[in-house]
Amino acid sequence: MTALLQVTGLEAAYGRARVLFGVDAEVEAGSLLCVMGRNGVGKTTLLNAIMGVLPPTGGRVIFDGEDVTRLPTHERVRRGMGYVPQGHETFPQLTVAENLQVTLDATKHRDRSAIDAALDVFPRLEEFLGRRAGFLSGGQQQQLAIARALVTRPRLLILDEPTEGIQPSIVAEIEAAIERLHQEDGLAVLLVEQYLELALRLADAFVIIEGGVVRRAGGAEDLHDDEVKRLLAV
Amino acid sequence: MESLLNQLPVGLSIGAVLLLIALGLTFTFGQMGVINMAHGEFIMAGAYTAYMLQDWFHGQAVIVALPVAFVVAGTLGWILERAAIRHFYGRPLDTLLLTWGVSLVLQQAARDLFGAPNVQVTAPSWLSGRVELLGGNLPYARLFIMGLATACVVGIWAYMNRSRQGRRMRAVMQNRELAAVSGVATGRVDQLTFFIGSGLAGVAGVALTLIGPVGPSLGTYYIVDAFLVVVAGGLGQLRGAVIAALALGMLNSYGEFWTDASLAKVIVFVVIVGFLQVRPQGLFVLRSRALT
Repeated sequence: MTALLQVTGLEAAYGRARVLFGVDAEVEAGSLLCVMGRNGVGKTTLLNAIMGVLPPTGGRVIFDGEDVTRLPTHERVRRGMGYVPQGHETFPQLTVAENLQVTLDATKHRDRSAIDAALDVFPRLEEFLGRRAGFLSGGQQQQLAIARALVTRPRLLILDEPTEGIQPSIVAEIEAAIERLHQEDGLAVLLVEQYLELALRLADAFVIIEGGVVRRAGGAEDLHDDEVKRLLAV
Repeated sequence: MESLLNQLPVGLSIGAVLLLIALGLTFTFGQMGVINMAHGEFIMAGAYTAYMLQDWFHGQAVIVALPVAFVVAGTLGWILERAAIRHFYGRPLDTLLLTWGVSLVLQQAARDLFGAPNVQVTAPSWLSGRVELLGGNLPYARLFIMGLATACVVGIWAYMNRSRQGRRMRAVMQNRELAAVSGVATGRVDQLTFFIGSGLAGVAGVALTLIGPVGPSLGTYYIVDAFLVVVAGGLGQLRGAVIAALALGMLNSYGEFWTDASLAKVIVFVVIVGFLQVRPQGLFVLRSRALT
């Protein structure tokens, strides 16, 4: 069986500074892959390269059997790769409703129920629909960011440290939402996370990145290794 | 006192033209970070469009030219974006040089096509009158320009805030990367933005035929002032552009009235530089928690 997302030998660079030196990773349909590693090892760069936000300099990205390495970002989104970038990104001057609507308009399906479904995941957003996204708290903005990605009806949800810098009360909600989407709806997830606890609870598989390459990969049971703890220790 | 009052419509109509020019700039500059020096030549293209249409429409050429010039100038802008500017995104200095070169080429092209001397466009006869107001004179032509600018601002506002395309444009302007990962084809939005922005410059060019002669370097008189409007008004801000354009138009017209043309320019520059010392971000900015 082929994986939903297959990344082989992916290389990326910012100008002349190379960051990724051939990363391999796979996400099976309906599974959750956790990408871990310390700060500055290239986790975010890997996601940006997978999404084409930063065009890769080498290697291949295959989604659902199709080579998407050279496709523009919006085409990858339309094929079912949903991305929530780091740092609760929104369109700050658009209202919450407009944030979701502009995303829906850009999808192929244009099915309004996608917005309702996204709001079901984060019901708290309903009361803020008319408010500008820039005036929400960081945690609410992150909920909107994930809801926005869900509106694209992804088959793979890619999240970059979704709970980083978010107030604790909302962290639990976001984690529960990811867990539900993955376990109940069977959504495949590629999650970048620095903390072991969440990974231990959710991950089906993991890769640990260091210095732009994969240092360790395995299934959930291998996460208890001392080697893993050493690679993640600050 | 009477002549003081007569400067008012002059200032307001210059401000209105500046506004039309700056609206286009504020989008291309605000959304794509492109400093388009050739924007002035789209004004010139619009004005010559009216001149050309005289052969067929005589006195009414100006009216017919409004939509035609929008499309002509818009298409020129679109071609410029597709053929050249898009290869230089993220390199503002290179873009500036490139578009400046294009601007010189376009001016020379106009000289070759229409000759170096200025030409006149005959205004429709029903615009030649004037209305007495509070003891001052208000020429219909200037009134028409103000009305035109108002209509364009209302139209752009409605487009930005009430249409799908406009919402998409605002999204790209506010967060380009996020728009791309939301499935928006940002390159397409850029093309449309460039078309509309350049088209508005063409409309401004038609308006200018009502208050003066048309020459190959018409655009260069207005491009610097238009950039001042954009910077003083705040990037991508409709409100800011309106206020800054009217203020600059008034400052120009009264500055010239009390002193002379060159001193008026000095006054304008001093005021703008002083203003930007106090508010470097312009009158209005995109403000939110996300950006602080």
